Amino acid sequence: MAAITPSEFRKRMARRKWQGRVFHGLCLLAVCIALTMLAVMLIYIVAQGWSRVSWSFITSFPSRHPDRAGIQAALLGSIYLVAIAGVASFVLGVGAAIYLEEYAARSRFARIVQINISNLAGVPSIVYGILGLEVFVRSMDLGKSVLAGGLTLALLILPIIIIAAEEAIRAVPPSLREGAYGLGATRWQAIWHLVLPQAFPGILTGVILAVSRAIGETAPLIAMGALTFVPFAPDGLLSRFTALPIQIFNWTSRPQAGFHEAAAAGIIVLLVALVIMNGAAVIVRNKFQGPNAG
Amino acid sequence: MQQDDSILRTEELCVFYGPKRVVTEVTLDFLRNRITAIIGPSGCGKSTLLRCLNRMNDLIPSFNLTGKVLFEGQDLYAPGIDPTEIRYQIGMVFQRPNPFPKSIYDNVAFGPRINGFSGNLAELVERSLRRAALWDEVKDQLKGSALALSGGQQQRLCIARALAVEPRVILMDEPCSALDPIATLAIEELMRELSERYSIVIVTHNMQQAARVSNYTAFLMATQDRIGELIEYGESRQIFTNPKDERTEAYITGRFG
Amino acid sequence: MARDEPIGQQAAAADLRRSFRPKWRKLLPERIARTILLLCSGVSILTTAGIVLVLVFEAFQFFREVSVLEFVTGTKWTPLFASKQFGVLALVAGTTLVAIGAMVVALPLGLLSAIYLSEYAPDPIRRTVKPILEILAGIPTVVYGYFALLFVTPLLRGISEDIAVFNGLSASIVMGIMILPMVSSLSEDAMRAVPRALREGAYALGATKLEVSTGVVIPAALSGIVASFILAASRAIGETMIVTIAAGQNPSFTLNPLVPIETMTAYIVQVSLGDTPTGTLEYKTIFAVALSLFAITLLMNLLSQYVVRRFREEYE
Repeated sequence: MAAITPSEFRKRMARRKWQGRVFHGLCLLAVCIALTMLAVMLIYIVAQGWSRVSWSFITSFPSRHPDRAGIQAALLGSIYLVAIAGVASFVLGVGAAIYLEEYAARSRFARIVQINISNLAGVPSIVYGILGLEVFVRSMDLGKSVLAGGLTLALLILPIIIIAAEEAIRAVPPSLREGAYGLGATRWQAIWHLVLPQAFPGILTGVILAVSRAIGETAPLIAMGALTFVPFAPDGLLSRFTALPIQIFNWTSRPQAGFHEAAAAGIIVLLVALVIMNGAAVIVRNKFQGPNAG
Repeated sequence: MQQDDSILRTEELCVFYGPKRVVTEVTLDFLRNRITAIIGPSGCGKSTLLRCLNRMNDLIPSFNLTGKVLFEGQDLYAPGIDPTEIRYQIGMVFQRPNPFPKSIYDNVAFGPRINGFSGNLAELVERSLRRAALWDEVKDQLKGSALALSGGQQQRLCIARALAVEPRVILMDEPCSALDPIATLAIEELMRELSERYSIVIVTHNMQQAARVSNYTAFLMATQDRIGELIEYGESRQIFTNPKDERTEAYITGRFG
Repeated sequence: MARDEPIGQQAAAADLRRSFRPKWRKLLPERIARTILLLCSGVSILTTAGIVLVLVFEAFQFFREVSVLEFVTGTKWTPLFASKQFGVLALVAGTTLVAIGAMVVALPLGLLSAIYLSEYAPDPIRRTVKPILEILAGIPTVVYGYFALLFVTPLLRGISEDIAVFNGLSASIVMGIMILPMVSSLSEDAMRAVPRALREGAYALGATKLEVSTGVVIPAALSGIVASFILAASRAIGETMIVTIAAGQNPSFTLNPLVPIETMTAYIVQVSLGDTPTGTLEYKTIFAVALSLFAITLLMNLLSQYVVRRFREEYE
């Protein structure tokens, strides 16, 4: 076999090195493009809406006049929705996670449920809206109410909570449970007194993150029948409602620039809410690593 | 060998994990107010055997057994018996101390609370901590976290926790293997005190400990199919100075471990 | 056990048997808890069953009046007009056009970002950049819709007057950015799972970083990377708000990204927000469309799971 001559090798090597540097540059460029897009988007929106964010904006109701439109109805609606979705999915999700990890671990039922959950996570969110329409709005006759909306969102984020709660429960060391069983505790006693308190920070983090996903969801609520022009705050669980993302959608779709400004301001409010929630999740997670470690 | 003051007894006990037999034909007495040690090389089924005595093995899905485990004459595996009712009457202390992430008081009070105790809890906690020789060290910090105690103190706390539900037998699964020598001696001293009130069964891989602490010793070994069987049982004095079976002698003299 | 023991001892033995019987104090909470928890885990199964039942049942009502053949092969979609045509391919074309466009953006950017983070980036950079990319994934889609309509579209129209106000291109670009973190995160995980030993073997032969990344790491992580593509595409297909806001409401069987189109998801929004009375054929179209959407995304998700299972490299 003819070996390559040293000068040829050096030329090849130089070309390979040069190719490598170009490639490195490309990869770095890709990351920079992504980060730049994010920055451009955020800066543009903040620039557009900043001047509009004010106390009167938060406390006014939507109106036909672009300059007088406010997000109070949407903000309150979102708070209602998030509370209902959070509570419902917390109870159902943690309950399911406890059963899957403690009572039915490694059984066929658990495996079926796991597969089911990962498939549910990939279903388009608008389909959940249609499910909510049929089940909550029609069959259970809750009407196009904030309760129906909250429950629909709860179903949407349920897989997220189940997975997070399962992880938190799994992280509780088995020696703790053994100690309880050795004293004559039943499964539920061990879970309630030991496992849940220990897993709680992890579960709470998961719930906060899931709920922060729910607050930004528009499609399921629209498919379920939420209106986009709602100039009143929800007055009870069965009231009609609107939500932050729906209001933003409504204003964005209008032709007047004043509404676009309002939409940008609404986005700022929404993003602030998200930052607060994610920050809370991080704080909870850090507190978790503290006192219970060792 | 049936003795009248046997509190716990296995009869032809065989343990299976699924189809695989791991312990075979063990017939053994554990005497009242005595310390019985179970020794043997690792993997011979000592811990498995111990955990049959308070039905802790029930927690493993593929576990099943044949034979009997008699507690005061009552077969523990008879139908209609609730394992959680057995487990505080036959208490357990584990290899690594596993205090709950609660206060010292709440650790000891946990067992009585879940079993529906309705008397004076504070008195019970104090009595249990005294009997576990821990009271003087912790009486001023009962509300403090149990996790702040040293290893030896934590293990004594676990013993106090087990005592609080007033068992008749205490099972100990290598209770000192995670502790330093000083803490170990403290626990061994405690065991001798406790045997006046309770019956104790201890699994240990430390032969010197077994010789120091126990009244009776059972030697288990895994045969070539990796199935544990009882090789010899008798008074500890006799086992360690004049064993009847040559395999016992080989183990004790350190020819294999 | 002796049967002629004194009565006292027999009584004591009976006491013992009784003391081992299950006590309701403990047993009742246990039974109740177990049942309730079982029901909780059933909810997720009920959800799936509910989705399938609702979609199939309602779509069946629709297909009583419209032939499946026309639905699946027709290219004109005009249910809300006087002369009704029910060819869903018009909507599918819109969905596919935008999704492909989004993948054109997300695939290269996402994959290259993943390579950068996995192979090139020093640890501190990786630790800061990765969460920032995750932020992209956490921004609500309505925000992206706003950005697409009010920033990207004017920008594009500044470049060429021929681009319509509602068009598939803006939506594609913005959607691509939205799903980029999915591609980059999942691909990066797949690449980081490739053992160091494989890389070191290649370096030891004198390979450059580019050659190791493209020649060794990517082929080894290919199943995970391909799965991430499929999942991202599935997400793009199911996305609603960006296309509703920016892509238009004009179903048209076209490959032109510069004109208004309508996706399946945007159509459902259109009808939901409109005043089509429930129970009419026009209204029932949303169920047929939703069923198609669900079927397509389900198949893609199953496909991605299959790809991972079947083609995952065994390293040990």
